[in-house]
Amino acid sequence: MVENLILLLENPVALLDLILQGLMMGAVFALIAYGMALVWGVMNIINITQGEFVILGGFVAFYFSEWGISPLLAVPMAALILYVIATGLYLTPIHGLVFANRLRPWLLAAGVFVASAAGFFVSGASLVPAVKESVANWGSLAPAVAIGVDSLLVTIPVMFVVGGGLYTTVLRHIVGRDLFTSILATFGISIFLQQFMNEALTADVEIANHGLDTWSFVGGDITIEQIRLIALIFALLIGVLLALYMRKSRAGQAIRATAQNPRAARIMGIDTDRVYARTYALNAAICGSAGALVAMIWAVQAYGGLVYTLRAFMVVIFAGLGNLVGVIVAGLGLGVAENLAGFILGLEFQIAFVFGLLVVVLIYRRIRLSFARKVLS
Amino acid sequence: MSAGGIQRDPFNRTTLLILLAIAAIGIAGPFVAADFTKQLTIFWVMVLISYTWDTMGGQMGYNSFGNIVFFGVGMYASAIVQIAPYTDLTAYTAAGGQGSALVLDLGQYFLGLGLGALAAGVSGLLVAVIVGSGILGLRGHYFAIGTLALSIFAAEMVSGWELVGGGSGITMPGYPGTTIASEQEKTLIFYFLCFALAGTAFSLLQWLYSTRFGLAINAIRDDEDKAEAMGIKTARYKTMAWAISGFFLGICGALYGNLLIHVDPRDTAFDGAGLGVWMVLMVVLGGKGTFWGPLIGAVLFHVTKELFWSYLLGLQYIALGILIVVIVVFFPEGIMGWFRAHYPHWFGEKVEPAKEAGEASS
Repeated sequence: MVENLILLLENPVALLDLILQGLMMGAVFALIAYGMALVWGVMNIINITQGEFVILGGFVAFYFSEWGISPLLAVPMAALILYVIATGLYLTPIHGLVFANRLRPWLLAAGVFVASAAGFFVSGASLVPAVKESVANWGSLAPAVAIGVDSLLVTIPVMFVVGGGLYTTVLRHIVGRDLFTSILATFGISIFLQQFMNEALTADVEIANHGLDTWSFVGGDITIEQIRLIALIFALLIGVLLALYMRKSRAGQAIRATAQNPRAARIMGIDTDRVYARTYALNAAICGSAGALVAMIWAVQAYGGLVYTLRAFMVVIFAGLGNLVGVIVAGLGLGVAENLAGFILGLEFQIAFVFGLLVVVLIYRRIRLSFARKVLS
Repeated sequence: MSAGGIQRDPFNRTTLLILLAIAAIGIAGPFVAADFTKQLTIFWVMVLISYTWDTMGGQMGYNSFGNIVFFGVGMYASAIVQIAPYTDLTAYTAAGGQGSALVLDLGQYFLGLGLGALAAGVSGLLVAVIVGSGILGLRGHYFAIGTLALSIFAAEMVSGWELVGGGSGITMPGYPGTTIASEQEKTLIFYFLCFALAGTAFSLLQWLYSTRFGLAINAIRDDEDKAEAMGIKTARYKTMAWAISGFFLGICGALYGNLLIHVDPRDTAFDGAGLGVWMVLMVVLGGKGTFWGPLIGAVLFHVTKELFWSYLLGLQYIALGILIVVIVVFFPEGIMGWFRAHYPHWFGEKVEPAKEAGEASS
């Protein structure tokens, strides 16, 4: 441990390399944390499912690479698919059908999308070898699409029921309840999704093969994988787009208004139920795109989500809710700190460091608050 | 929320009769259903865990996901105390703790177990006091997430600690004798140890709730700032409550570890995302801060979980996830909480007509 520290101090180039790597990791953490801050701030829900959305997004990228499509395309696709899945988790057509006055075409469309996404996944996962073979044989995706459509006929009704059940039982009920309830309920969804992914998709550790090079500088002491640089750029781009969306668009304004005061927002004619659905889905989309990056940079595994959730939580409490710049800085900082700790303490203690740091950050926050209180009085 | 500041005698006649009946069932249990002795032992472990969690989550309002830390610390403390005096710990763990590595006679085994359990209890208590001095200042969900992180932190630290076997875990000394009869003897002894421990913890906790300590921690739950302003030393009471939980969980971990024989840091000792959350669910299911709630929750949860694991293997977490959501969304006050809201007179609470509307809606 000490030797590693001395080694680092003697080699500033190696230190710089670690810091750069950490910054590029941190960009992904910042994205996930921003999603968590969004849901927390607007809906007052601590979303433990965050990590599972990341893993799900990672699997989208993995299947893209399996089917011979560049996983980079998966970043927006994962966002789209997770947006739709989360909308399904929050609101489903069943809801609109049961409460006829709330029947909306976009809900139905969302339901069909959820079903097709699920069908795409389930059929794709179980039929990967067949699909690969057919792609190789006919050189096109047509047979794969045909298989997907077939399975849709089965999955659409199933997902209607599943989605409807989830909606009426879970998320809408926990908006407005205390945070402990939301932690437990989303924890329930999270272990549900973990085993669902494990059984329906794949139980292995998967990497999305992106086929990009690594740049080396200073005689190989500083290496920059292109994919990590792309991840950093993507994360910043998504951050900027989100900031613009929240500030400029009507929908973003509605989200911010609901966060400030849901009751007043309702009086002003904002459909807060819809805003909640959109916020939750937006968060899932952010996590999904982050997950696609994770699958390309590291790897994804069905049960590996919790650590992303807690990292996001740490970044959020360090930065504070509704502080986008703070979230980005804290996320990047966490990436650097974690990378350095992994080198100095040894890789087996890297996860321990993350969780230990979370406890320390919480205690630091408490001390800071109690100090502030003393100054006030 | 509940209790409402009404001081009740926890051990009235009906309650005592029910408790005696449960004790009788508990004593007769392993003889009536000898095949299920191990299951019943785990059941009493669950009861103990759920009552000690209720001290924090139910009576004091501190929803801890970190109580599992004391359980794991106890397990490892006891393992070290039981192994180290008889053989070289480094060599023992390096060999993977194979059965032949350590053969003890009956006296040595029970001396080791007794000292181990004591060390486990004390180390659980000490960890609770030390960790508590930092983390008990956190409130609400910060405390919940902080303790969740703490449990995984502990698991990862122990997994990286080679002296106690690292990620592959540690093996407890085997019970003397290799025959089936000695195996049954061991199971029976551990059954009564766990049963006695659960009974002791239950009685002690219920007695404590009827004292000033109980009033203080209930006051912390209802309004901590106000309690502090009234002169209650909240920090001291919070640490005391956690230390009591830690003490019993430590001993419980020692017994459970010896029952299982092999201890894995991530999956048994510091299973933060498993047992660490299940203990919360048991109490939430039964009813937080009620007399019978943790017991009912432990019974229902243990049975349901065993059924899921036996008949839905491969889908057990999917089923459990649904169960969690159902419990949390539909029974946020638990089964006893539901009864209390609907039949308050069962709980000896006098409902004044003016207050009735408030009670019914809560």
